[in-house]
Amino acid sequence: MPESYAEQYFPVLVQALLAMALAAGLLTVSYLLGKRVRNRVKDMPYESGMVPTGDARHRFSVKFYLVAMLFILFDIEAIFLYPWAVVYRELKMFGFIEMLVFVVPILAGFFYIWKKGALDWSPDSTLNRKR
Amino acid sequence: MPASPIFNPTDLIRFLPEIILTAMGTLIMVLDPLLNRRESKVYGTLSLATLLAAILAAIYAYSDAGPAFGGMLIVDGFATFFRVLVLGVGILTILPSFSFLKRQQAETSEFHALLLFSIAGQSIMAAANDLIIIFIGLEISSIASYILAGYLRDDKRANEAALKYFLLGSFATGFFLYGVALIYGETGSINLSVVHAVVTGPDAPLPVMVGLAAALMFVGLAFKVSASPFQIWAPDVYQGAPTPVSAFLSAGPKAAAFAIFLRIFMTAFAPIGHAWAPLVWASALLSMTIGNFAALLQTNVKRMLAYSSIAHAGYVMVALASRSEVGIAAAMFYLAAYACMNVGAFAVVSHLSGKGERYQSIEDFAGLAQKQPFVAAMLSIFLLSLIGVPLTGGFFGKFYIFKAALESHLVWLTVLGLLNSAVAAYYYLRLLVMMYFRDPGEAASSAEPLTPAFSAALILPAIGTLVLGIFPGWVLDFAGRSASLVK
Repeated sequence: MPESYAEQYFPVLVQALLAMALAAGLLTVSYLLGKRVRNRVKDMPYESGMVPTGDARHRFSVKFYLVAMLFILFDIEAIFLYPWAVVYRELKMFGFIEMLVFVVPILAGFFYIWKKGALDWSPDSTLNRKR
Repeated sequence: MPASPIFNPTDLIRFLPEIILTAMGTLIMVLDPLLNRRESKVYGTLSLATLLAAILAAIYAYSDAGPAFGGMLIVDGFATFFRVLVLGVGILTILPSFSFLKRQQAETSEFHALLLFSIAGQSIMAAANDLIIIFIGLEISSIASYILAGYLRDDKRANEAALKYFLLGSFATGFFLYGVALIYGETGSINLSVVHAVVTGPDAPLPVMVGLAAALMFVGLAFKVSASPFQIWAPDVYQGAPTPVSAFLSAGPKAAAFAIFLRIFMTAFAPIGHAWAPLVWASALLSMTIGNFAALLQTNVKRMLAYSSIAHAGYVMVALASRSEVGIAAAMFYLAAYACMNVGAFAVVSHLSGKGERYQSIEDFAGLAQKQPFVAAMLSIFLLSLIGVPLTGGFFGKFYIFKAALESHLVWLTVLGLLNSAVAAYYYLRLLVMMYFRDPGEAASSAEPLTPAFSAALILPAIGTLVLGIFPGWVLDFAGRSASLVK
């Protein structure tokens, strides 16, 4: 059994070197052996066989980001609820109150963004009218 | 599993200030859409009541001092001192913000809710005795501060300030977290008392690793207190942020960050003090020198106060460099005095700056003494205290810090620090001369009449500055008794 700090990490080092060597080796081999064809069609971005149209850099409505951010917040809340639900019976009252402490502020936040119109989707929503 | 720890009333009472702040902050946030009123009168008054209640709770918690939540928090004199300090800074931020927000037509409940959240984070930092809790407090405080810095969202400068503060601040927090991870890896604990015991004990980890952790945390914390060489963000942020927010940023988060700086470095890292002392020494000297000399060149008052706040962070670093309990007490005293005088000075700037914060240059203070002698007199007290003139808190703050430094044989740092204070006198005096010996300009003439809340925002810190300068013993005795951090 290797004892010293450095010895314990020796296998990791070997693995890292092997991985890097393999990646570098494969790239080199394909570079040396492969045929290279370069023309306009070949250089086009791959779009599942479709002919690409337009620019990829569209301007998205800022609403998408807002909704995405809010989704992440409430998504995480939901994830925390799962393990809690599994051990709910064992935790008894303690678990219930702890979860209330967690859920009530988030509900307050939900109420806040709702009333502020962050969830309104249509163009003439409250958020836009306030501008 | 411990029996229902949530029902442990002792823990809850020791955590009461933070509970009050969070609950009321959430309530104020929700009240806005409920009432549909955009007046800071309602929300501001509620916030003031909340902060007063939290101060009372903090003092009450101290009557039964001790650890809470299994040692994650610790309510001692040190924690109570900084809790009351950051809560007081909150009050002094809200008082001048009434007229400011009205003038900028930006009265929302969010301002007050975010302020309360930020203060809750700082209050947690003050009482935390556990690296993860410190980190959580730091994040609560910082994230709310980032938003506050960009509170006037139609203002380009405020946006720039918020973005810079956010990007650099998150980066610095990352450094701090790396340090925490290293400490946990080396000692198997994140509790500061346990870490201290392990580092001094027989199975101490390699000093190199502990030193590395200390260096990483030093980067993160030096950023938060805007000490050199991590001060670059401060002038842009303080200048761009709404003035009451600048006042808040320069006092509240800074005091709380110094609280954890002192607590971490004087407990967990105290055994390797000889290793980090040169770092702090250099940072103190750099902060004082860069801050003071850069402040000489500024024409914008907010920017000048930002550089001056870097210099003042340097003075507190001198106290940390002395690595003694006398030094800790001196740092505590200095931060209290600094909070009073700096928040007061920023309040005057917010009063004078006018709609859209047009008047921020030093020339705009011309003739203020003729138009509004009371405001000019109050600003004079703050500026004299920032210089360190006797009978003000700033004098005794510097005196105790350099006394502590001399007791720890930091002769050169003391000499250079005192020379720095002499340099600093110039740019504060320039503002005084401008106020008293020039004819009034557009800004002084168009300054609004005083409201009761704003007068209180000037009188309270002025009283604080003078009390600390005339009866320094009251605060210093308490600081001295609270300065032994190793439990």
